[in-house]
This record gives sequence, structure tokens and C-alpha cells, in this order.
Amino acid sequence: MAGTLRVIEEKCTGCGACVSACPYGCITLVEGKATIDESCCQLCGVCISACTEGALELSEAAKEFEDKSKYKGVMVVAEQRRGKIHRITYELLWIGRKLADKLGEELTCVLIGKDVRKYAEGLVRKGADKVLVYDDERLEILREDPYADVIVDAVKAEMPSILLMGGTSFGRALAPVIAARLKTGLTADCTGLDVDEEGNLIQTRPAYGGNIMATIVCRERRPQMATVRYKVMKEAEEDPNREGLVMEMDIPSNLRDRTKVLKEVIEEGQSIEDAEIIVAGGGGIRAPEDFRLLEELANLLGGVVGASRNVVDKGWMPKSRQVGLSGKTVRPKLYIACGISGSVQHLAGMKNSEVIVAINKDPSARIFDYARFGVVGDLYEIVPEMIKILKEIKR
Amino acid sequence: MDGVRTIVCLKQVPATQEVKIDPERGTLIREGIEVETNPFDLNALEEAVRLKERFGGEVVALSMGPPQAESTLREALAIGADEAILLSDRALAGADTLATSYTLACAIRKIGEFDLIFCGEKTTDGDTAQVGPELAENLGIPFVPYVRKIEEIGDRHLIVHREIEEGFQVVQVPIPCLLTVTKDINEPRLPSLKDKLRAKKAEIKVWTADDLSDVCEKGRFGLEGSPTRVIKVETPPEPSKGEILEGDPKELAKKLVEKLIELGLVR
Repeated sequence: MAGTLRVIEEKCTGCGACVSACPYGCITLVEGKATIDESCCQLCGVCISACTEGALELSEAAKEFEDKSKYKGVMVVAEQRRGKIHRITYELLWIGRKLADKLGEELTCVLIGKDVRKYAEGLVRKGADKVLVYDDERLEILREDPYADVIVDAVKAEMPSILLMGGTSFGRALAPVIAARLKTGLTADCTGLDVDEEGNLIQTRPAYGGNIMATIVCRERRPQMATVRYKVMKEAEEDPNREGLVMEMDIPSNLRDRTKVLKEVIEEGQSIEDAEIIVAGGGGIRAPEDFRLLEELANLLGGVVGASRNVVDKGWMPKSRQVGLSGKTVRPKLYIACGISGSVQHLAGMKNSEVIVAINKDPSARIFDYARFGVVGDLYEIVPEMIKILKEIKR
Repeated sequence: MDGVRTIVCLKQVPATQEVKIDPERGTLIREGIEVETNPFDLNALEEAVRLKERFGGEVVALSMGPPQAESTLREALAIGADEAILLSDRALAGADTLATSYTLACAIRKIGEFDLIFCGEKTTDGDTAQVGPELAENLGIPFVPYVRKIEEIGDRHLIVHREIEEGFQVVQVPIPCLLTVTKDINEPRLPSLKDKLRAKKAEIKVWTADDLSDVCEKGRFGLEGSPTRVIKVETPPEPSKGEILEGDPKELAKKLVEKLIELGLVR
């Protein structure tokens, strides 16, 4: 039996909040009461949160319980690229440590690659209690087939209650393979994670282009899986005295190995995600060559240039420089938004920057709500002045 | 390659730009019931139709959703799909990505032989990018995500360009396989009026949970088969207000640089 959405008629005041909240337009008011078109309702639950009267409820069919008590601890998967630990790993260790401490359980880190054994102690110093090392030729480049096999092997060995992976393009493609294999729930691209008293992972993530935040749980299956958005969590700090266990694991036999990476072509020098200072341009930029102005400012500050979606769509800047929900998430020390109005989608990609400066002609631009320093003015007047001053300082 | 049989998965989504927040109630406001085909899925469909035009074969469009998702499949037929199947049933509703991918896998088993499955990289509503990879795993076939170019099509393999953060990889994958495609792979065509009219009259098969029960367990469909639950939906928190600097451009630039020096951001 499938679930149904029910209106508790005694509680319904006919206010219509659910009617406007329904993303699918499946609710109407009939004789002053909310009425659900069952053939249309997707059981998304948005209306339940919109209803202030508690007049809507989702009934679920009874389901079998798996023995959850067998699963304990938090596991995070370290990510490496061309033999170097990717920084998402330290962010996973930071949030993983927090959750493990709250649960009073262990934090395990899975380290996969070729010649990566040397990094294990470093991961202990960053907070892992235990590091499982899978070191093999076939694991040199991150590929879904063999990586999924070894992570499933690690899960079977450790039985973690929570399994976290990076919300990078690799993690987001790899995690679903593991979730499907383990028949468990997976929440993509979480920006907030916590645990409740029962050990449920409370997962928060943006949906509908960042317009809403959804909180998601996976109560009955284990491990509870999530990918964690890059540059949202802090990085774990190093404790030189921390001790932990390093285990060199056997590679599972019959490792799946169906895809072959023939070549890797690197197009970007410095990834915008790793830049400490970003000078970004948006709709206020009048011509593609004007990005040179931002380039000059960025160079003087030791940063790189970013862009909002509309200028990337016009072909003025490459996609790799796009900041926002459909581009990169960044968390630099300084983000200077020049002529960017601040759409929800753009904000989702940069609002966690440490210091945001907004330069915009329109005083009502949304970006000002997020800026530590707002400058109402023309970027074509202000940026050249800044360049002049910075050049003088450098001299 | 002699004839490619492709299955394209498409989802009808609310047109995201219409989703706004009522500042007083903190709820989603939606004017009317505007829906569209997930834009990434149109790139997937376009690529499948182009392969058919080059090598011959067949394109099957597959969707799961409420009865109105039929319009997405009509669009697919107008663009060039030969057959359209809609999985629609109360028992399939409320599915998370695990249950969705399981259900799609059931339908694909029922469809039978195929060479390729195309999915969009992600959808604009959920933005999880999980259904494609989960579907491949459920079918036990290899997949390549974020494909922005198909470089070579052999008899039993493909060579594709997979986007990664810093550039791309050239990947070889055996057939049958699943690809999720990015927006860069092609420019989807717009169907002609004639094609639209033809698609309007075409047959769309509707399969219910019962139709899939011979190949699958019904308990793994819909809400019942979904391990995750959305327990709360809310507006993102309001930011704290910053400082607005005032003056003429020269003064503004000076003040701003001073602030940045104070914070140790200019060295």
C-alpha cells in the first residue's frame, strides 16, 4: 500500500496556504476546505510545512524494520586527485568528528588510491579514529566501479551508521552507486548535518534552486548516506598528538573495472573553488572585454575572476568560472561582487564567503543584504579607483 | 554501429523560476501549475535522436509521474522519440531517488533490449543527480556521468568526454551502458508544428505498478520503497546586515581598500 496525504477537516480553516504552497498545483479549496487531487499529488510534503493548523498529514504504510543497532559510528570517504588529498576530505573529517562526538562513537576514514598509504597518519591527526587504506594500481584514478566495490567492502567491515562523501562531481556520481547497492537512502549535497537523540542523521539541503531548505531523514535504513556540499563545512584542524588506528585492507576479489580513463585533460590552472580571493562580475558588466578590469583588480589582490550565470550564458566567461547553484560553490576569504544583483541561485554559491563586498548601482539589489561592505555606485568608476590605490600601495 | 536502441529518461518538473517565497508566511508561492520538461533531459533526448539519425535504430522515451507528465512525453515524441511510456500510479508516488531508480529499472527490464540509456545530468527541482547512477547500478550496467561529448561509437563500446572540475576525462565504456549528459553536449532542437501535431495523436503507453509487478517487488515502489523522508521545508535564514559605504567614487574606493587592509585582505 502506498502512502496518502490526508486533510484533517476539523483542523482545516480554509486559509489556502497549502494551495499556494503546492509545487504541483494539486490542492484546491472546495467549500472552504483544502481538497487534494490524489491523481496529481506527489506526496512531497511541502504543504504540510506550509499549514499552520497541522491539518495535513502523510500516512504511511507499515514497513519492516531492519536491525539498526548493528550499525555504529561515522564513516567518511577521503578523496584524492592525482595522488593528493582533496580538501573536501578535511571538511568531511570536521563534520564527521562533530557527529561522532555527539553520538559518542568512532570516526572512520576510508582512504583509496595508489601509493596513498603515506597519508593515513595525516587523516588521524585531522580527526579520524581509524583509517582503512585500500591501496592498489586499479584505484589510482577515481572511477565508480572499483571505488564503489571497496567502499561497500569498508561498510561491510565497519557497519557505520552514517556514511559521508564529498559533494564534488566525483562524490555525487559515486555515492548513488553505493546507495543503490546497499539499498539505503542518500541525500545529495547537504549544507547542514546533525544527529538527534535516536541517532538519526538530520540532513539539510537546498532545493528548488536554493529557494527552500529541506530537512531529510533516513530513519530505517543504514548506513544513512549523504554527500556534503564542498566549501560549506569548516576544515578539520590538525592535532599533532592525535593517535589512531591505520588498517591496510585487502582489495576485494573480482573488483569491477568496466570503464577505462584513456586521458585526462586539465583546462584550469587554479580552480575557482580553491581561490582565497574572488572578484566576480555579473549583469552590470557591459562588454566581455570589461572583464579585464576585474582581472586587473583580482591580480592586484592575488585572486581570480568569477562570474554569475548570465555572463557565462552569454559566453563572456567560461563555465568553470561560474559561481552559483548551477556553477561552483565558493568560500573564499574575500568575494567582491561587481554588478551582481544577487539572485538566490548566485547567493547559494557564494554566501558563505568570509567577507563579501558588493559594488552595485542599484541600492535595492539583494546582494547588499549579504554584503559585509556595500558600495552603492558604478563599478566602472569605483573599480578603476581601487586599482589606482592598490597600485600605489604596491609601489 | 548498425542501429542504436536508446532509452531516454525524462522528468516533468515545476518551472523552477516560478518558485518564490511568500515573505510573510515563508512558504512557496506558485502561480498556476506551470511545468516543463527538465531541461537537462532535453539534452539527453536530443543526443539520442541524433544517434538515431546517424546510425538508425530507435528511441524510447520513459517518464514517471502524474498523468499530466504525458505532455513531457508528447514533447519527446515531437522531438523524435519513436515510443513513449509513462509510469503512473498512486503506488509509485512519493518516491525518493532509490525508489525512482528501482521503478525505472523495472520498466526498462520490461521494455527489453537496449544499447544505451540517456539521462540528464540532474533535474532542476531536486538537483540530486542521483537517479542516473542509481538506475545504472540497479540494472547492473556501467555508466559515465557528466558526458559533454560522444567522441566515438564502436560496435561494443563508446568513447566519451566526461566533465570533471578541472577539465575533462576521455573515458571508454562498454555497451550497454548509461550516460548522464550535461547541457554542453548539444543544443536541443525545437519541434516543428507538424511534429507537434503528429505527437498529439501518438499513443502513449501508461504502465501502473501492477504492470511492473511481474519483474519487480511492489514494496520497493513509491513512498513505501523510499528510505528518505522530507520532514521540514523552510526559507533559508536571513543574513545579518552589513555596512553601507558612502561618498563619491574616489572616497568609496579609498574607504573600501582601507577596510580590506584592516581585515588583512590586502598585502
